[in-house]
Amino acid sequence: MDAYGDDGKILAGGQSLVPLLNMRLARPAQLIDMNMCDELAYARETDGYLAIGAMTRQRDVEISPLVIQSCPVLSEALHRVGYLQTRYRGTIGGSLAHADPSAEIPTALTCLEGTLKVTSARGERLCTAKEFFLSYLTTSLEPDELLVEVLIPKSDMREGWAFLELSRRHSDFAIVGVACTLSLGESDGKIKRARISLGGVGPIPFCPEQAVSCLLGEKPSDLLFREAGRIASEEAEPDSDYHASAEYRREMVGVLVRRGLEKAMMRVKEKLSDGTA
Amino acid sequence: MGQPNSPKKESAQSGKTERQGSRLVRLKVNGRVREGYVEPRKLLVDFIREDLELTGTHIGCEHGSCGACTVFFNGRPLRSCLLLAVQADGAEIVTIEGIAKDGELNPIQAAFSEHHGLQCGFCTPGMIISAMDLLAQNPNPTETEIREAMSGHLCRCTGYEGILRSILAAAGRFGGERESVT
Repeated sequence: MDAYGDDGKILAGGQSLVPLLNMRLARPAQLIDMNMCDELAYARETDGYLAIGAMTRQRDVEISPLVIQSCPVLSEALHRVGYLQTRYRGTIGGSLAHADPSAEIPTALTCLEGTLKVTSARGERLCTAKEFFLSYLTTSLEPDELLVEVLIPKSDMREGWAFLELSRRHSDFAIVGVACTLSLGESDGKIKRARISLGGVGPIPFCPEQAVSCLLGEKPSDLLFREAGRIASEEAEPDSDYHASAEYRREMVGVLVRRGLEKAMMRVKEKLSDGTA
Repeated sequence: MGQPNSPKKESAQSGKTERQGSRLVRLKVNGRVREGYVEPRKLLVDFIREDLELTGTHIGCEHGSCGACTVFFNGRPLRSCLLLAVQADGAEIVTIEGIAKDGELNPIQAAFSEHHGLQCGFCTPGMIISAMDLLAQNPNPTETEIREAMSGHLCRCTGYEGILRSILAAAGRFGGERESVT
């Protein structure tokens, strides 16, 4: 990668890059194929974190019992990525490095406060989602750098979660996607922690901070979730495109945030009643 | 986890692997070892159709949306328009030509034929490959599961109901009880 610089392009699963090559929208002089790199295909636990190798196939992560147990939002998000046939080949790292703003994996990783491990001949660095995603299809990866792993803090056992998406058909790009988690204080039943991330509403995954702060310390209720949705839709600054207008996206942010929080709350209750929490 | 990303490199050891900028690709297709020199830029689907002369695999959109070019690649149904031929070196591929055994249609092919699972037939090779994968993973899928698994395939004749019925019928043959498809 050092040798090729800007002329070289990493080829992971190729489910986003090869269409660009076929349409001649990308014309890299050299492709560096990572598909022989089995060492980067894994999902394992390392002190409180779930570590996933960049070349792990999306389908393998989606159905991994470890992922389903320790980061269920990610598994659910993956279920909405592309088609089954593209998930068999597409990779976690490839989707993150491609940085499509309506893609599910970046949205889920942002919600889960994941860390991306990047390496080069110069050394290794860790970055947060905020440091990694810069804009539409643009990351902070330098031409000589390679994304090798993502680290996701394991989900709290008492936590509720949801991943919802509005798209025309199952598998289509998200018009709006939302990932959220919710946990309650053990003694008072008030919201102790909430995380929300939105896809498809701007150049990078968007965290509606004011919506999150309106939830903290409050008793969960339908009214509260509706209010959080309203605030999130005011905070979001989506663009209009071919698929949906900015107004429609904004409206849908409100609906999906509310529904996401309701679903997350339902899961908190289920965990409390069946004793898993 | 899962399957290895890539099969063993076999061809690199034996003889010349490059010729005038083309690379030697040796792979197993429908149980037979095949090889050829290809430009690094050539798509797998073009290699299958033009070099191996297996034209049962169709090219539709050429960017991964339509699913017509789906083939089994090391056991998984993948879009052959999103793979380069050189990436198939050492791989095992099954195309629609390799599905029937001894002139006898595979049960899914038979079900498509019986239940009007095809009209013009352009999308059918891909549909059959993905339906085989679906039923191998989940022998008794619900209608919703079938629709979801097949959502990566477009039928421009819009014959989706027939395709759905065909897969349900084939599932009956696979699993025991044959579901009613009326």
